[in-house]
Amino acid sequence: MTDLFSKFDALIAERQALLDTGVRDPFAIVMDEVKSPTLAIIQGRPTILLGTYNYMGMTFDPDVIAAGKKALDDFGAGTTGSRVLNGTYQGHKACEDALKEFYGTAHAMVFSTGYQANLGMISTIAGKGDYVVLDADSHASIYDGCGLGNAEVVRFRHNSVEDLDKRLGRLPADAQKLVVLEGVYSMLGDIAPLPEMVAAIRKHPNCMILVDEAHGMGFFGPNGRGVYEELGVEKDIDFVVGTFSKSVGTVGGFCVSNHPKFEVLRLVCRPYVFTASLPPSVVATAATSIRKLMHAGDKRAHLWKNSKRLHAGLREMGFTLGTETAQSAIIAVMLPDQETTVRMWQALLELGVYVNMARPPATPAGTFLLRCSLCAEHSDDQVGDILDRFRAAGQAVGCIS
Amino acid sequence: MSNRDETFAKVAEAIEPFNKKGIDLAESTSFAGDLEWDSLTVMDFVAAIEDEFDIIITMNMQAEIETVGQLVDAVEKLRG
Repeated sequence: MTDLFSKFDALIAERQALLDTGVRDPFAIVMDEVKSPTLAIIQGRPTILLGTYNYMGMTFDPDVIAAGKKALDDFGAGTTGSRVLNGTYQGHKACEDALKEFYGTAHAMVFSTGYQANLGMISTIAGKGDYVVLDADSHASIYDGCGLGNAEVVRFRHNSVEDLDKRLGRLPADAQKLVVLEGVYSMLGDIAPLPEMVAAIRKHPNCMILVDEAHGMGFFGPNGRGVYEELGVEKDIDFVVGTFSKSVGTVGGFCVSNHPKFEVLRLVCRPYVFTASLPPSVVATAATSIRKLMHAGDKRAHLWKNSKRLHAGLREMGFTLGTETAQSAIIAVMLPDQETTVRMWQALLELGVYVNMARPPATPAGTFLLRCSLCAEHSDDQVGDILDRFRAAGQAVGCIS
Repeated sequence: MSNRDETFAKVAEAIEPFNKKGIDLAESTSFAGDLEWDSLTVMDFVAAIEDEFDIIITMNMQAEIETVGQLVDAVEKLRG
């Protein structure tokens, strides 16, 4: 039978063939119980969480949870409305105030997810006749923001300053351009050479720069603002987009900026206007968490220690990793093909370690990988256990000797 | 050779490193159907063509280009 679903037949067959080899479905895991930011029960087995983006371990912070419970009692379960109608509560403004303080900006706008923040910003500020210039390895939300908007879209090779410079030089000088970069690229965990990129962009007229710091917030830079702060290009970045679903530990998205006309976006940005706002409990947890992240120096230091230790340990065992050194809290273990990757993923799960499996087209250049993301709450013992289990799984599957 | 023939020859040359199946190239050869390129191959190839001719083929334009002939026409137009 042919119908609208026929276009998915090849994917359905590929997935079935994989499951027929006896492996578990890597995209159908259920967390039956979650004990802490680093431990869950999956099919009855205590499992160390090493694939959650919960970088700062804020999901179970007592102050964060107390703030959420209080807001749930005081303001109810949801707003049932758009930010521009009945959906802006005191808590949404308090959350935007916390963001302005955290980032030191004049403006902050909270979206219902990080995906919507990119969708909204890119599709709204780059219009017909304008250009969006983006890295080829950009997150899906950036590509989808381009798809929703009417601007011309130009890609450059991943993290290539020369490629970016050349492409900007070929665009009409008088056209308005939005260059979209990410601080940390989430598949390989590599960071962008932002100072070199900013210098290249500033050679060309009429360019604004948006940086997505989804994977950098909380532990890069003196104030934890992201890679752009760590690398000292704060003055050159026009818009920072981020999420509450990683270091902040809840859900939601935002954009901060000093642009004098920024507030007009609340009227013209469709992914902001035409959706319900975040529940009061969520913005209360986010605001509390963001304020705590301003003073999280010890946690940051422990997260970096964990990331460097896992990177060095895996490398020593003979695994091929996505970066030469630990550039972020993401460590990507590169594997040769889908079958090996799924077998390795399953072996780790059976030993009690959960990581993410990633495959094309989400990954660059047709690569298969297991993505590990560290947490500031992973204890030294847990990192030791993770390393032991990687060795056992790698030897069982035959990808290390 | 006319300008267009010359452009076709250069485009064909740029396709070669990505032509893993050794398909004979004609005006009507399609990138997705005949050459079986995935989105990542397309990305690499477009970057190579852009640098060869010093042009920009936006993703909006790429969506309209399905065959080698259409690409040659687009390159001719973009070079002005």
